[in-house]
Amino acid sequence: MSINRRDFLKMTVAGIAVGAFPGIAVAGSELLKKKGQRVVIVGGGFGGATAAKYIRDWSHNKVEVVLIERNAMFISCPMSNTVLGGSRKINDLTRSYDSLKKKHGVKLIQGEVTAIDPEKQTVMLSKGHLSYDRLIVAPGVDFMFDQIGGLDAKIADEKIHHAWKAGAQTVKLRKQLEAMPDGGVFAIGIPKGPYRCPPGPYERACQVAHYMKQNKPKSKVLILDANPDITSKKGLFMAAWNELYPGMVEYRPNAAVLSVDAGGMVAKTEFDDVKADVLNIIPPMKAGAVASMAGVVGADGRWCAVDFITYESKVHKNIHVIGDAVAAALPKSGHMATSQAKICAAAVIEMLQGKQPEQDPAIVNTCYSMVSDTDAVHVANVFRFNVEKQSMVSADGGGVSGKRSAEEGAFANFWLDNILDDVLG
Amino acid sequence: MIKKYLLIITCALGLALPAIHAQAEVDKHARNLAGSCAACHGTNGHSKSGMPTLAGLDRTYFVTALKEFKSGARPATVMQHHAKGYTDAEFELLADFFASQKVGKKH
Repeated sequence: MSINRRDFLKMTVAGIAVGAFPGIAVAGSELLKKKGQRVVIVGGGFGGATAAKYIRDWSHNKVEVVLIERNAMFISCPMSNTVLGGSRKINDLTRSYDSLKKKHGVKLIQGEVTAIDPEKQTVMLSKGHLSYDRLIVAPGVDFMFDQIGGLDAKIADEKIHHAWKAGAQTVKLRKQLEAMPDGGVFAIGIPKGPYRCPPGPYERACQVAHYMKQNKPKSKVLILDANPDITSKKGLFMAAWNELYPGMVEYRPNAAVLSVDAGGMVAKTEFDDVKADVLNIIPPMKAGAVASMAGVVGADGRWCAVDFITYESKVHKNIHVIGDAVAAALPKSGHMATSQAKICAAAVIEMLQGKQPEQDPAIVNTCYSMVSDTDAVHVANVFRFNVEKQSMVSADGGGVSGKRSAEEGAFANFWLDNILDDVLG
Repeated sequence: MIKKYLLIITCALGLALPAIHAQAEVDKHARNLAGSCAACHGTNGHSKSGMPTLAGLDRTYFVTALKEFKSGARPATVMQHHAKGYTDAEFELLADFFASQKVGKKH
């Protein structure tokens, strides 16, 4: 982000204080001349890219879609733990946005949003602005580095990587693992939920242990979990640790990392100081900064409340929020973001036409975790809109694998191919 | 016996539903429901990987398979979880949607 944390906090506070955004002047010229109805989408991850493609396709290309994304390429977080285990390279998870542009007519702007004016329905970028009829905010997560003493974005980038957004840090963490001595300790710090990808940290423990088993069998994975128990696929992960990597994975519940000493590579919990060869501390998370710019973050200061029929913000009309940033009893996963994006895309098209959106959404999450180079486990649920609760509720019958298998490992790889094609193809 | 009875109902519904939905260009509820299937089975059921293709599937076969996933009669890794989350009426909607997708064409 081109604005730093302090400016951004000031802006948010100012916004709350006067209930508007008086400090924001619409700067520069309209970047793209607006002719018909326009949806601007900020964030080209699983949710944002899906919404872009589906609004174009389902409106028969009648609605203009401008997608703003800071990165040149899409890198999949799902399956990125296998880069640590060694069965994939980061390039295997990297895709371009070309098809969205060429095949679907999405207008892509690579850049940073600097401000959003919900009243004037305008998104500001450094070079100008874009006006919208509806805005979709799909910012993913930002890390709350200030929750962990001694940690900040710079240290995370240079030494204590979270690698919780697939990309440069994923590759750096793999290099740290490769450079680690046999007999070393790789510590993973897990934040209290909700965080992106509930089973991800435990899958990561499997992938790191898989690498160690092949290359550094005296080494150990130490999981410092802020949560009171394994938050997802518990029995399946414990079976994988005990049976595939006996003696290599140590799990400590209620062990929130409170601070780190980057010099000495020490993570401090309430109970003890843990020295490790590699520290992989995943900080607590909140909705990405763009959500704060749009003024759609809830009273908890972290997540965005939405109407689950339309994904329209409970704070501002004409602004929708999808994906990890949403406050919901829904898992923060790639598949969930795409499922939300499609309901949102359908609703946005209907609302632009002055029609009522569909009132009975049912969406799915299927989440695979690779517990070795070949075997996977899953959790799968249908979530339905509950009118009384005005929220999405897990339907009957959801659940996890009976046991890990290579069959599910193959399905996990098929899943990745199809979801990436669905989002970007 | 019960199974046979269900099959008759399925077939009867199968004849009735397309007539209702023929009026609309696309049943948007069915389309939205089917949207969630794409992560595994590809856009509109056109799989680009080893996952089964749903596009162009015979609607009776589709409904029967989903009901068997739901009852547990048909073994599966994931599909029993999903099938239990949908109503039989939704199986019919999804069956219509996927059966109407042209094989070899994505949109």
